[in-house]
Amino acid sequence: MSELGTLLADTVTRLFGDLVTKEALEAAEKGAWPEKLWRALEEGGLTLPLVPEAQGGAGGCWEDAEVVVRAAGRHAAPVPLAETIVAGWLLAGAGLEVPMGPLTLAPVRADESLRLARKGAALEGTATRVPWGARAGHVVALAEAGGRPTVALVAAGAARVTPGRNLALEPRDTLVFDGAPVLASAPAAAGLGPDALQVYGALVRAAQMAGALESVLEQAVRYAGERRQFGRAIGSFQAIQQQLAVLAGHVAAAGTAAAHAFRAADRRDPAFEVAAAKVRTGEAAGVGAAIAHAVHGALGFTYEHSLHFATRRLWSWRAEFGSESRWAVVLGRTVLTRGADLLWPDLTARGGA
Amino acid sequence: MHAFRFDLTDLPPAAEALRAEVRDFLRAELKDRRRAERADSWGGFDPAFSRKVGARGWIGMTWPTRYGGHERSFLERYVVLEEMLAAGAPVGAHWVADRQSGPLLLRYGTEAQRERFLPAITRGELAFAIGMSEPDSGSDLASIRTRAERADGGYRVNGTKVWTSNAHRAQYLIALFRTQVVPDKKHEGLSQFLVDLAAPGITIRPIIDLGGAHHFNEVVFEDALIPEDLRVGGEGDGWKQVTTELAFERSGPERYLSSFALLLELVRREAERPSERGTVAVGRLVAHLATLRQMSLSVAGMLEAGLNPNLEAALVKDVGTAFEQETPEGVHALLDVEPEPGAGRGDLEEVLGYLVQRAPSFSLRGGTREILRGIIARGLGLR
Repeated sequence: MSELGTLLADTVTRLFGDLVTKEALEAAEKGAWPEKLWRALEEGGLTLPLVPEAQGGAGGCWEDAEVVVRAAGRHAAPVPLAETIVAGWLLAGAGLEVPMGPLTLAPVRADESLRLARKGAALEGTATRVPWGARAGHVVALAEAGGRPTVALVAAGAARVTPGRNLALEPRDTLVFDGAPVLASAPAAAGLGPDALQVYGALVRAAQMAGALESVLEQAVRYAGERRQFGRAIGSFQAIQQQLAVLAGHVAAAGTAAAHAFRAADRRDPAFEVAAAKVRTGEAAGVGAAIAHAVHGALGFTYEHSLHFATRRLWSWRAEFGSESRWAVVLGRTVLTRGADLLWPDLTARGGA
Repeated sequence: MHAFRFDLTDLPPAAEALRAEVRDFLRAELKDRRRAERADSWGGFDPAFSRKVGARGWIGMTWPTRYGGHERSFLERYVVLEEMLAAGAPVGAHWVADRQSGPLLLRYGTEAQRERFLPAITRGELAFAIGMSEPDSGSDLASIRTRAERADGGYRVNGTKVWTSNAHRAQYLIALFRTQVVPDKKHEGLSQFLVDLAAPGITIRPIIDLGGAHHFNEVVFEDALIPEDLRVGGEGDGWKQVTTELAFERSGPERYLSSFALLLELVRREAERPSERGTVAVGRLVAHLATLRQMSLSVAGMLEAGLNPNLEAALVKDVGTAFEQETPEGVHALLDVEPEPGAGRGDLEEVLGYLVQRAPSFSLRGGTREILRGIIARGLGLR
């Protein structure tokens, strides 16, 4: 890990440990905005790890950003931190100024698109399931203009909002842009395609899931050591041990897949690694949440227990920015187009190199 | 906070240069090898091939040059192994010696043993088998009963080993025997020995697997004499040594590539006329494959750094063998093909037929899935 990465890891773990409490999570689910947490994140320089220092960011790389995003997932931080990180990177990459405050991305769904109208002065179209669409200060949209993907900055208040939520009760709002004024716009950084929001959105969700899975494993192992039945800790039973070993395998695979995708993002077009990571972490999310709940028994099924803060996020995040099946299609199509004889050479040329 | 970690490993440029060399070598050497034969990679036993690999300097790569080794990095060795397995090369005649027996001798053997055995191993001339399990001792390895009793100039051995792969074609066996019976302490009194399989008092009988193949054997010892200087390590140190040895074999590319030949045939068939569901299935399998490779490489990186990633290695094997066993399931879920027990309608049918019957062994060899998960649970602090 880089020096910056280590610094970020320490800061972020301390900060989340202090501020993302059970009470804070419950309040966020009732609609409260954790202003203190957000301000601490901004002051700690954690919201813009990829933005150059000259533009107010930390000047780091994707591997540094992963530290922050994974920790946000591990602690279930109820703020659009991952979205802000991607949005800030998109703006800076397009040579645009990055505003303070929480940012979000639109559109997040592959079957939706937004258009620039009035010679780029206005944004048109509908984006559903936008994270913190109503609460974020600005929306960073990727819209097509003149055959090129263009980054456009819009004030969140400029859209008509229909509130929505995911299973973890994180805001996922529908935004209707009907001639919304564009505050700034520029062609996206070279190499970014029209699917860039999908790719980088899936990238950060993969790391968030890897983090949430770490939390789920930690909670399950701890509970298995504390809960006693038949006169001993349930973790001493082979049946429970075997299940937790399977969970650990999925946690290990999810973390590795996510890390691999972030490293790829620093080096090249990471679409292949992101697709693999979203598929693998999504599958781990399903199995991991199921095992953690099985180990926790009925207690983990209550709102009172904190396991669900991680598991409801896993169930939501695996489907956001493209489900496993959608990313498996992307990956499968690449492999089938290249053919069997290139599968191994392609795989080894991409990873560990 | 975390019991395990998988930091990514970057392969050095030297390893990538080596990869190209290995590929050229394999392209020439394997040009006549059928696809179904390639599915049997480390089950393939070809002494002539192993001697050529040895001549290229690709056996004992990390060992000291004074024993015929090449003092190259674990990562360079890793690249050679994964290229061999991905291509389905018949590595069986040097596989065990390179992976387990040689490293064991380097760590615990005497100077004389190293000088006698290691150079021949690196030349690909000396094949080893592993003698651990017995008829009444499988997962409960410490319960073995084959006795090695002190006799003139060495030990007299009586008992039976089973599932001994390649005993019928290897020259040597590294075996675990009971040198002392310590009541209620079954992990004590065990010792390891180098056994010349051609020595008197040793009978090797084939055990045919369910697919009709002869890989493993029963090895019976009847008053077989083993010279004192062929004991490996201290008398009574066998359990510690054997658990170290088993850890050598948990995280390599052989733990996720056993069904790679089938994935290739699946891709070949599906690419002819891609379907949506076939595309999804291939994508999912490749996501697992790509992730496992990074996990396995990560462990190789930790070994290179001199760390002891036992828990990580166990995780790679557990996740990897599950993937290997799932691949034939994926083919059945996807394609209307029938597995065949030999050459027939096509490579896919034959490779599928072979691997469907091989797959149960993937989570048995070198320690069962249940034992492995127990090791993982211990690493998590549960026992």
